[in-house]
Amino acid sequence: MTTFTQNAAAPGATAANEAITKVSIIVSKGSLEGIYPALILANGARMEGIEANVFFTFFGMDAINKARHEHIKVATVGNPGLHLATWLGGFPGMSAIVTAQMAKSMEKLDIPPIPEFIELIADSGAKLYACKATVDMFELKREDFIDSIEGIITVGDFYQMAGGGQIIFT
Amino acid sequence: MPALTAVARTAEGFLERASDWDRDLAAELAAESGVGPLTDRHWLVLDYMRNTYLVKGDGPTIRTLGKESGVDIKELYQLFPKGPAKLAARIAGIPKPHGCI
Repeated sequence: MTTFTQNAAAPGATAANEAITKVSIIVSKGSLEGIYPALILANGARMEGIEANVFFTFFGMDAINKARHEHIKVATVGNPGLHLATWLGGFPGMSAIVTAQMAKSMEKLDIPPIPEFIELIADSGAKLYACKATVDMFELKREDFIDSIEGIITVGDFYQMAGGGQIIFT
Repeated sequence: MPALTAVARTAEGFLERASDWDRDLAAELAAESGVGPLTDRHWLVLDYMRNTYLVKGDGPTIRTLGKESGVDIKELYQLFPKGPAKLAARIAGIPKPHGCI
């Protein structure tokens, strides 16, 4: 009888295509399109039984900032992917409109809004961290962040906990 | 009662035909996947997944599973540590979920 185990390498697998067992994902951008890919990667990792750490740095920290994580917007200026004239992208309210449209399409696919998605990922056992250098630079405190983060850590701590896994920078 | 060795399965161990499934087969699938023994809490998830598939043609997303199965996300990962949506789908005898969420 063939047995099927999660993450088992295919027969004849070499080190090059071994199953991934751990990922550490860095979120450095604070726009909606900068944050979602990392959240989908982190959630997807947990769904596959892969251990996941998420390290929020620079403007990416808005995703775990209590006052800000509900107000994350699509960048409508300097974003050629939107195929929107630059002058139009800069129009007041443009970012809010595009963000609302995107939220609708995501809701259809059952992709949660950022605050709910972050909680889902934390509940799934992924560990969330804020970057100490950025916290110091922006003069933030632990209370500025949602409860479900593990803590504020240094880049050295990050490398230590990322040991033995893959690192993804977004 | 079909035994696990007698039913057609995909390379990843999902049943080819959801109709081959019964609760004894689920116990065998669970044991093979390192889950279980199956409790009432597992069954709450498995029944919810199977019903969703039979009604909608695809299993639920992890978000819907956490909201509507009666088992929250934390417990889902305790019950099915190696990935709730995929593992529960396999044990519930339905195809591998198609979405990314």
